[in-house]
Amino acid sequence: MNLFAIKMLIGDRAKYLGILMGLTFAAFIITQQTAIFVGIMTRTYGFITDTSQPNIWVMDQKVQFVDDIKPLKDTDLYRVKSISDVEWAVPLYKGLLRARLSNGTFQTCNVIGIDDATLIGGPPIMIEGKVTHLRWPDAIIVNQVGAGDKLSGPPVAPDGPRIPLAVGDVLELNDNRAEVVGICDVTRTFQSQPVLYMTYNRAVTVAPQERKLLSFILAKSKPGISPKKACEKIQAITGLAAYTRDEFKNLTMKYYLKYTGIPINFGVAVGLGFIIGCAIAGQTFYNFTLDNLKYLGTLKAMGASNLVLIRMILLQALTVGSIGWGIGVGGAALFGYVFRNTELAFKLPWELLLLSGVAMLFICMLAAFLSLYKVVKLDPAIVFK
Amino acid sequence: MIITCKGIKKTYVSGTTKTPALRGIDLELNEGELLMVMGPSGSGKTTLISILSGILTQDEGQCLVFGKEINALPERERTAFRGKNVGFVFQSFNLIPTLTSKENVSIPLILNGMERKKALDAAEKLLISFGLEDKLNTLPPELSGGQQQRVAIARGCVHEPGLIVCDEPTSALDSETGIKILELLKNAVITSKRGMVIVTHDARILEFANRIIRLEDGLVK
Repeated sequence: MNLFAIKMLIGDRAKYLGILMGLTFAAFIITQQTAIFVGIMTRTYGFITDTSQPNIWVMDQKVQFVDDIKPLKDTDLYRVKSISDVEWAVPLYKGLLRARLSNGTFQTCNVIGIDDATLIGGPPIMIEGKVTHLRWPDAIIVNQVGAGDKLSGPPVAPDGPRIPLAVGDVLELNDNRAEVVGICDVTRTFQSQPVLYMTYNRAVTVAPQERKLLSFILAKSKPGISPKKACEKIQAITGLAAYTRDEFKNLTMKYYLKYTGIPINFGVAVGLGFIIGCAIAGQTFYNFTLDNLKYLGTLKAMGASNLVLIRMILLQALTVGSIGWGIGVGGAALFGYVFRNTELAFKLPWELLLLSGVAMLFICMLAAFLSLYKVVKLDPAIVFK
Repeated sequence: MIITCKGIKKTYVSGTTKTPALRGIDLELNEGELLMVMGPSGSGKTTLISILSGILTQDEGQCLVFGKEINALPERERTAFRGKNVGFVFQSFNLIPTLTSKENVSIPLILNGMERKKALDAAEKLLISFGLEDKLNTLPPELSGGQQQRVAIARGCVHEPGLIVCDEPTSALDSETGIKILELLKNAVITSKRGMVIVTHDARILEFANRIIRLEDGLVK
């Protein structure tokens, strides 16, 4: 009877498409909204993702997330280096500085100062130039999005395109000359400010003078020592906070989840999508079963047990749910692909596909159970009415 | 004896309102007999065939079908019994519109555990014998009323049930087609010694009956 159940489902094209559209919409909205949420959350720790060489981040105990800078003493770097479980440790400067563009306008930039000797913590992908060019005088590397957008120059013609910042262009950073020697690509940050890379020593020269300027210490655990164990040792000996890369990502994400309105705002959108999806899919599938009640009653009269009918309804729900989920998720993926080069934060990990699959399964089962109740309670005498 | 009923009573209860539908029916049906049940609307005809076919249970009395008190069986067994021993022909055919004639006819066989391919072959043979060889793969909405009822009769007979219950089988058909349908049904009874109960208002088909009973207010008159 399984094949007949499928034929009953798809035989009436109009109703079938109605149910399919409802489920597709539900799958699309759940996946797309959640993917944007995940994308935004990923951006909160984008800088940690980009800084891939160290597996340990050392910072002040009070730091709550990656942009919450509470500078350390320079001597803290040597204390971390001296710990037996640490392979190496390098300084990192991270701060916001105002750049003065050639046309006189100002733009706040995220300045990253990386270790002069090793250049650890440098840009993950170079588009133009080399990371080693940072050792040139006044050198900075700018991220591509920042160079093409907020740091770009005015158009030549009134309605023409803006001129992107290019290698060889010069900026002023806190009254210091800075020459672009490379263009890089970085994971977009939550604040979406342009990112400027320079050497650590240059960064602490350019930055407004403070007693302490060391933002983070990037370290690597020795081979055979787990980063977690090394972190515990660093904390115990130095009294500083030390996190593995994943721990620091989680810390950052939790901060944003707790102290910004993002989860509630997106939760409402995702929840609304889910409810609308449930309502549309449930209603259309329920109506489909009601329309077929006469035939289900006929089958029951002819000897189909409740089990057979339940199996038929579940199969119909799962079939239409799987197809709707596939199209919806495909649509969401296409959406992400089309807008991949825009400001849209969109990330679709496999866990999200699983989540939307489970959500769809829930919707289909809910719709099926609403229908099943009617079918199980169905009086076969309906066939004579 | 196919059916032996004694003192069948059935009352419908809705809230505080009680509506007696059958008030003590005695009835017998022999092998090869075509029994027609007539009566005005509300006389209890549909309730009677529902009980005879094991779809409804009576409140009082005894109803033996093939010697079995089917209404005393648990629902699951009753459903299985119905599937094996009872064939149905409905007033509005009740053919599943998205399945072909052949597929509709094969349903009772599949429900009785026959392999799908064999069931379709058996359905095809029967439909050919019913003169529907060119409509095997046609969907019901594309068939005429008479053709649909022939498919419905084939579906009611295909698993060779001992009892066939028909609810107004000719009411949606013109008189000529109605007569042909009754010939088909009568033939199905004679050739295989089945019992058949037909509920009808249609006086034109009474000549086909071996016996006619008339119900009024839940009693045989």
